[in-house]
Amino acid sequence: MAQAAVLQSPSGSSKTIRLEQNREALEKDKRAEARVMFHLTVPALVIVGLLMVAPIAWLLSMSFVAPDGQLSLENYRLFFAEPVYRDMFLNTFKIAFIVTVLCLLLGYPVAYLLAITPAPWSGLLMLAVLMPFWTSTLVRTFSWLIILQRNGLVNSALVGAGLVERPIPLVHNMTGTIIGMVHIMVPFLILPLYASMKAIDGNLMRAAANLGSSPAHAFARVYLPLSMPGLVAGTIMVFVMCLGFYITPALLGGGKVKMIAQRIEESLSLYATWGPAAALAVLLLLMTALCLGLSLMLVRRLTPEV
Amino acid sequence: MATASTTTALPVLVQSLSKHFGEVRAVEDITFDIRPGEFLTLLGPSGSGKTTLLMMIAGFSRPTAGSIQIAGQEIVHLPPHKRNIGMVFQNYALFPHMTVGENVAYPLRLRGVGKAEIKDRVQRVLDLVQLGSYADRNISQLSGGQRQRIALARAIVFEPKILLMDEPLSALDKQLRETMQIEIRSLHDRLGMTTISVTHDQREALTMSDRIAVFSKGRLAQVATPSDLYEHPESQFVAEFIGESSFLPLEEKNGQWCYNGRPLKLADDGIGAADTMLLMLRPERLRWTEDNAAASGDGNQFTGQVRTVVFQGESLLFEVMLDGGHTVFVRMANRSENVRALPQAGQSVALRLERADARLVRAEG
Amino acid sequence: MESYVSHRSRLWLYILVGLVIFYLVAPSLIVIPTSFSSSRSLSFPPPDFSLRWYRGFFGEEKWLAATWVSLRVAFGTMIVATITGVAASYALHVSGFRLNNMVRATLISPLAVPSILIAIGIFFVYARIGGLLNTIPGIIFAHCVVAMPFVILTMSAGFNSYDMTQEMVARSLGANRFKAFRTVTLPQLKFSVVTSMLLAFLVSFDELIISLMISSGPVATLPRVTFATLRDDVDPTLAAASTLMLIVTTVPPLVLHIVTSRAKRKDRRHAG
Repeated sequence: MAQAAVLQSPSGSSKTIRLEQNREALEKDKRAEARVMFHLTVPALVIVGLLMVAPIAWLLSMSFVAPDGQLSLENYRLFFAEPVYRDMFLNTFKIAFIVTVLCLLLGYPVAYLLAITPAPWSGLLMLAVLMPFWTSTLVRTFSWLIILQRNGLVNSALVGAGLVERPIPLVHNMTGTIIGMVHIMVPFLILPLYASMKAIDGNLMRAAANLGSSPAHAFARVYLPLSMPGLVAGTIMVFVMCLGFYITPALLGGGKVKMIAQRIEESLSLYATWGPAAALAVLLLLMTALCLGLSLMLVRRLTPEV
Repeated sequence: MATASTTTALPVLVQSLSKHFGEVRAVEDITFDIRPGEFLTLLGPSGSGKTTLLMMIAGFSRPTAGSIQIAGQEIVHLPPHKRNIGMVFQNYALFPHMTVGENVAYPLRLRGVGKAEIKDRVQRVLDLVQLGSYADRNISQLSGGQRQRIALARAIVFEPKILLMDEPLSALDKQLRETMQIEIRSLHDRLGMTTISVTHDQREALTMSDRIAVFSKGRLAQVATPSDLYEHPESQFVAEFIGESSFLPLEEKNGQWCYNGRPLKLADDGIGAADTMLLMLRPERLRWTEDNAAASGDGNQFTGQVRTVVFQGESLLFEVMLDGGHTVFVRMANRSENVRALPQAGQSVALRLERADARLVRAEG
Repeated sequence: MESYVSHRSRLWLYILVGLVIFYLVAPSLIVIPTSFSSSRSLSFPPPDFSLRWYRGFFGEEKWLAATWVSLRVAFGTMIVATITGVAASYALHVSGFRLNNMVRATLISPLAVPSILIAIGIFFVYARIGGLLNTIPGIIFAHCVVAMPFVILTMSAGFNSYDMTQEMVARSLGANRFKAFRTVTLPQLKFSVVTSMLLAFLVSFDELIISLMISSGPVATLPRVTFATLRDDVDPTLAAASTLMLIVTTVPPLVLHIVTSRAKRKDRRHAG
């Protein structure tokens, strides 16, 4: 260590060489680190890219190929030409719409109570909202099958109370599908709504009350507009998820309720044709993207400037 | 840590170091050296490049160009863990999932030091920072000052070549900060370790450092001892940053610097650079004077009118408008013999500046 | 908010929310009593207590094989998705690439794409490249696609609330980057990692639509077999299967929730 303590004062030329070498080494170093960091993302990117992004791009191209192998819009023309498709689209939108409205009606009060309830109770309430979230969709759908069947709980109760003479068909039809789907979608509406309500300053409502507003009036004029961003985000999310939903309509619809996702699955498994399935898939993806884009735009516009 | 003082302290050489973020030149062509065992403070306002420079020495920021050498050995291409540099971070960053003892033992464990020796060295360094009985405490149980000391203990326990500190006291309250300044300085004197500290607090820099490097806009403005920096600042920036001062613009007449037509008697007449020069006036170096007689001898005289008087406890601060149209500040110690004859606001006064205190600085471009 | 509307005038709200909560929670639980029914039909309430459907479940090769497949797949997904997801979110957090936002968006996008699209896409790829269709590794990789967003989101939140200077300290003290991550960052992000693992496991264990396309025969997953049974011939063994799925998917998150909140409370006590 003796010579180490001596301060080096390199002569001009050797200094220039050293600095030049350093510059190159540093540049190389920088690239090496960037490479390591990039490599860390590669496995995840390969999985998602190879198994999702690439096949979807491929579906997109596939949707423009007719059964005879020619480039055409044949697959898309089918949607307008065949009444089966038209009915299926109408059905899908109808169900998605009804489910979304029902979710709104059921979800808003829960989110509201969740936002204004003090700590221990709100935690419990949250747990109740999250519990179905954790429960398998399949299990919940099966539960509805038990409850809504011909001699199930609901029908026994209705007959027992003398409200109906004979059990009414609640499952294997549109009614069952909607009941089951609402059950699955409500938490998806409650959570974003709750998040935006939680951010509302309670003082605003108190101020509105002090200024003489009735609670109902204050709610309509102050609370509702402020909870709008969460409301819009949640509503659109539920609608979009309904569009592509598969499990519940397949099981509770009893083969009578046809939505896009089932149609895609069927045209693959029954007819083994990629063209129409691809076109449907592209359409579904497009609608999803449009709705999410719309949601993003609306939320941004509705969020009050701070 | 008695052994630490026997370790050879090492010199550091920073050469033509630059760091560019795209178009932004965070650090531009900086060269200076640090002597073995020296305590050097990098001082400057935020965004002046001082922290970037420290991070480059530590190895967390990659320079765009240049060289950093410890004892003649190039370290610029070494990753941080191979530099053997101890570092105290601004927020201390103690590991909350380890006890105090485990925190301090961490660098020793990494180096494969034996269990018994670890225990011994941890205890010694904890004793050194006066927290000998804290080894089993949780980090969350420590006060701010204790955290600072543990961070320091952890950074020196493995006897690094040099010690870096990034705003080591900024997280503490004022009172504690002043105590710690003196404590760190005396610890440095005992260990003799080459130390580089970063701060934006001029008082902290003046208290702790052997030398201070002042930074401005990514460039090195001046490196000097605290007293040199205060007495002989080279530029208006340094003069403003270290202590308080007022500045008067001068004109050159017949080879003499003049203010308001009057030639001045300056400490160093040699300065005749082409730059625009300013006269630096430290508030405590100006004195009241009775009449024109004071201008004779080795002093300069300025006349003006008192604008405001501010009571600041230990001193009084006067704002004086000179006849030349410039405002200067005068500070008077709050002592009974001073206070008796102090001027009031609105009163015309004459000020005297000794030749030895009349220094020129470069104006900022 | 508390003071100016009385609890009495809010009664209707409590009742309404109570009903909605009942609607949300009760149906999920109904499979439990049903599974202990002695009846051949899926009647509720069950006429008598019996374990015959559990005997049926554990006695039938189809259910046992499917359960074993699902557990292996979920475990594999948990490992692969967590490791790749943690690595990616670390890199995304630490480095400042211009493409970072695009990479992050790509990795989260499976959350927004309808499962049926992901399913047919994967089916298409597997049908071409061979060796993955109807294999355990194939299902694991497929499930990783849908588990990835949960890992990335959980870990990003974890990294965002973590002070990265700790890792810098560790490196200045002599640890290389990996060692610093392992000894300092990872132990402090253990809740995020465990949550990621759990989410990945659950997403996979629950996943049906992708499995429908790419897992059949001996590697059919439990949800897939349950779905097929539900569609073809409903019998109360399903209730037993559903109850077991319910336990597997509900108990671990609950335990994690309790452990995390307890640890957080402990931290707060220490800090105070």
